[in-house]
Formats: sequence, C-alpha cells, structure tokens
Amino acid sequence: MSATPKTSFKAWLLNDDFSSPAQARAHQAYVTWLRFSMNPLALGGLVVVVLLVLAAWLAPFVATHNPLTQDLTRALLPPSSTNWFGTDELGRDVYSRLVYGARTTLYIAILVTVIVGPIGFIVGAAAGYIGGWIDTVLMRVTDIFLAFPSLVLALAFSAALGPGIENAVIAIALTVWPPVARLVRAETLTFRKADFVVAAELQGASVPRIMFRYIVPLCAPSVVIRLTLNMASIILTAAGLGFLGLGAQPPSPEWGAMAAQGRQYLLDAWWLTAIPGMAILLVSLAFNLLGDGLRDILDPKHA
Amino acid sequence: MSNPELTKTSMRDDDGVLGDAIRKIASSVAAILTTLFGLLLLTFIIGRMIPADPVLAILGDNFDQVAYDRVYAELGLDRPLYEQFFSYLQSILQFDFGQSNVTRNSVAADLARVFPATLELAILAILIGTVMGVPLGIISAVKRGTWVDHLGRIVALLGYSAPIFWLGTMVILIFYANLQIIPGGGRVDLYNDGLVVGPTGMLILDALLAGEWEVFWSAVHHITAPALLLGYAAMAYLSRMSRSFMLEQLNQEYILTARAKGLGERPIVWKHAFRNIRVQLLTVITLAFCGLLDGAVLIETVFGWPGLGQYLTAALFYADMNAVLGAVLLIGLISICINLLTDVVYRFVDPRTRS
Repeated sequence: MSATPKTSFKAWLLNDDFSSPAQARAHQAYVTWLRFSMNPLALGGLVVVVLLVLAAWLAPFVATHNPLTQDLTRALLPPSSTNWFGTDELGRDVYSRLVYGARTTLYIAILVTVIVGPIGFIVGAAAGYIGGWIDTVLMRVTDIFLAFPSLVLALAFSAALGPGIENAVIAIALTVWPPVARLVRAETLTFRKADFVVAAELQGASVPRIMFRYIVPLCAPSVVIRLTLNMASIILTAAGLGFLGLGAQPPSPEWGAMAAQGRQYLLDAWWLTAIPGMAILLVSLAFNLLGDGLRDILDPKHA
Repeated sequence: MSNPELTKTSMRDDDGVLGDAIRKIASSVAAILTTLFGLLLLTFIIGRMIPADPVLAILGDNFDQVAYDRVYAELGLDRPLYEQFFSYLQSILQFDFGQSNVTRNSVAADLARVFPATLELAILAILIGTVMGVPLGIISAVKRGTWVDHLGRIVALLGYSAPIFWLGTMVILIFYANLQIIPGGGRVDLYNDGLVVGPTGMLILDALLAGEWEVFWSAVHHITAPALLLGYAAMAYLSRMSRSFMLEQLNQEYILTARAKGLGERPIVWKHAFRNIRVQLLTVITLAFCGLLDGAVLIETVFGWPGLGQYLTAALFYADMNAVLGAVLLIGLISICINLLTDVVYRFVDPRTRS
C-alpha cells in the first residue's frame, strides 16, 4: 500500500505505523527535529554554532588578511571597509584574527568535551552501578575537585603545567569532569535496579557489559545536554585563562587574550576589547540556547 | 547471612534520635576531613608539578654546587615524597604557607591582608545577587510565558553567557572613561588611603565603625561597579535556578489543592511554594558564592581591587608558587567551610533532614 515514494517522503517520515526499524528511527529523528525547529531561540543558537564551525573550518577563505602579518604603519586603525573590525597595536587585522580565533575556541571546547565525556561516564556509571566502597571513594574524589571554583582550579593547574593551549585543555578538563560524573551516577542509580538490568545480570552479563550496553546509552541524552551547556562555561573559562595570559600564547589568536591585550589601548581603540568580548558572549550565548532547546526536547521531565 | 544486618538495624533503632544525630555528625565530619586531606594532597601535587626549579628561584643565577645542595636539602627535596607531604601538612596546620618570592612576606600574612577586601566584595555581591535574583526567578515562574518571564530570562541568559572580565572592561570604558561616573579602580581614593585601619579589614564596615564618613562614601563609590557586576553574574544564575525550582513546585498537586480551596495567588506562591524551595535555594546560593570567587579573580584584575584574586593573578604572573598555592588552598577552604555551614543550616530549615 505504498504511495509514490518521491512525493510522500515526508509522509513516510511522519507515518508512525512503522514498517521497518529504519523508518522508526527516521521518524523519531524527524519529529525531534520538528519540535526543535519550533523553538526559535534554540534554532538561533544552532545557527551561530554552525557559523562558528564553518568559520573555523574555512578560516583561510573567510578571513580577509593573514592573522599574523604585522604592519606597524597600519596600527590601531578603527573599523573600515578594508579592516572590518579595525587593526590592533601591531597592525594585524582584528576580523581575521577573530576568524582564526574561532579555531582556538572550538579546539579547546571540543577537546575538553571529548576528554570529559568518557571519564564522566566511566566514573559515574562505576560509582552508581557497582556502589559500595568504589562509590564512596569516587564520590570523595569528585567532592575534592568540586570544592574548588572551576577557574581557580584551572588557574592552579595551568600555573603548574605552564601556559599553553594544551595545558589549558588539561586544566579545564580536570575541573569539568566531576559534575558530569555526578550526573551519570545519579542517572545510573535510578535504573540500576530496573528489570532490564536485573535480566541482564541473570543472563550472566559482565559488569562492563551492563555498564556500557545498558546504562551508558540511557544516560546519554542528559549527558549530551549537560555537555552542550558545559560548552558555554568551557568557553568562558578558556577565555578567562586567556585573559590572564595562561591560555593560547601569542601570536596565535585567542579571543580572551585578544581582549586582554586590547585593554592597554582601551581609550584609543575600543574595538580591540569590545569585539573579541562580543564574540565570546555570542558563542557562549548560542551554546546556552542550544543546550536549553535540547533539554526541552530530549529531557521532558526538566522542561 | 541476613542475621547480622537485622541486629544492626534493630540496634540503630534502639539508639534513638540522639545516637543517630551523633552518627550523622561524625560521618559528615569524616567526609569533610577526607575532602580537606584531598584538597591538601591536590595542592601538594600541583606544587610538585611546577616545571621551574624551586632551588633556582631562591638562589638566583649565581651559585655553586655546594650552595645548591644545601638549599636542596633545606627545602627537604632530598627526602621521599610522602615525607615531604607530611612536612607540608605540618606546616599548613601551623598556618605556614611559606614565603612569597615577590612580596618577601610570609604568604599567610599576605593572605590575611588581602582576603578581607575580597570578602567585602563577595558578600556585597551575593547579597545583590540573592535579593535581585531570587524574586526575579520566582516572578518569572509565576508569570510563565508572559513578557515579564521572557525579559527575566533574557537578563539572566546574558548574565551567565557574558565573560565577566569583558563586562567589567566595558563598564570602565563607558562609565569611567566616557561618563566619569565611577572611579578608575582600587578600594578608595588615593588621599583617603590608609586613613582607616580597622578591626575587620572590610573598609566599608571599618569606616562606618570609625565614623569616617568621607572614607566610607569613597569606599562605597569604589565598590559599587565591581560589586554590581559580580552581583549580576550571581543574580543570573540564581534567577535561573529559582525559576526552575518554582516551576517544579507550582506543578505539584498541593498547589492545585490550595487553588481549589480558593487561596489567593500571593499566599500560594510565598506561603506554600516558596517554603518548599528554601532548602534548594540555600544550596544554589552556596554554589553561587563559590562561583563568585571565580568571577572575583577576574573582576579584581579588571578593577585593580587589591584582594585575593588580584594577589593570585599577580603571583601567577611572577610564577610565585607558594603564593599561588596558598591562595588556591584558601579559596578551597572557604568553599568547604561554606558547604559545611549550609549543611548545618539545612538541619534548621528543613525538618526532613532531621529525622
């Protein structure tokens, strides 16, 4: 009873009388997307994030100048048609540095997330599922890390490791994993006694198998939301480290460091501080909106 | 198998409320002590991770091998790590954080000097954040979906998305450089500096106690911008949290019952729903205060506020590790103490935690 496939692809997607698992999955994804696209703020956030990724990926084509080329005869010029966001104290084009700075920002945010996700999953699921002294020890360790405000702990670690972008990533990752582990543990506790877990135990499934096959997938939505919202705070922490001179080192462009350097010329060249700061604000706002939107869809109990 | 457990539970019942309370307090004290131990271990490890050679930091460029070995032994670097850790613990217990390589004072004295300035700023900011943020979040929740709610959410969203060092710099650019409404930085005007050396170290309070009105107004003038900015960040977080707590309560059935009984909106919100979110609010206010210390590091740097944050960043700049570790440890200790305090306050506010 199938209609002509070309015109009714949408109908096929919307039809909830599934004829195959693939259709069920496609239906799920499409309906989720429809609900997401009804939230204009979340959609706006997504657009900004996509633009950020494109800017970082296509930086050599999007930028108008070389971000490192100095030209002291053209220092501290206000925004104009040749230098869209003006030039800095060494005559470098602020717009081009901003575009290349998107790479630094994304690099830090993605790397931290990639490091923190698995650690949070393993620690949280192990603490929640196995319980006992392992739970106690792991939660004590997260408590210790949580006792520090995140920027202060990141400051201490980057001071010990030395400045630089990789060390900033490690320092931030060390401060971000505890809340993720806490979240996974709390989620795990809610279904460690569920029937499907007990059934798997009775079948003799090993602890790692239960953790990764049964528990981790169920924690995934809330962790994805948390990690998306975390992106905003990672970006702010990275910018804060850069502002204090502990992030990416000059001359590589980093938004926080750009804003910090511009402070010396605040009265003569407001754009040096104002524009990188606005970029940080825009991107962290976008990740917050995106995360809120995802939460409304994927996690109805917190909507 | 189950017999010992049975006797254990029955024994617990016999002990009664008092024994239970003692056990609870003992376990939370144990938890705090282990956290404290971990905190010290962490700062010790960070201290040992530094790439710079601490001996060279003391000796400078001119030294011979004999002097190097002597200082190396004096610092205890020739002993095994666990011994070094124990002597580190001992000195911390005596409030000895070592000497600062920059100020040449003991770090403990430096911290005692700069900490009140940060405390003053942080207390004012958390007051601003709580007084404005909590009502804003509650009103947002009550008027969900209206323009009031949208406006409140936008204000909050901007607050926790904006980099605070940038907001501070923009405020200086607009209100100091262009409009000249606020002073350029520091705690008081230069000619008022050092006039009041008070018991608390919090200048506003000290000036008030001493009756020095000029110093008082100068201090208020200086603290306004940084406190408002920090308060805004705290407000953003608190209004977001109190909105979601309140929404959760307003969806409960007891609220429906109260409505059905014909109770007015105000008693429903403040006498019923608000009472039930007090404990959660207390938790997030604690978290906001700890988060505020983060913001203070940046805001103090921007506004030249001579507090813990500026001390920490200056120490970082000069690679003065004793000072960095001392400041970080102090901030960690404050967080633990605040959490402990909340734990105690819980017991008074929330009857459920008592049973």
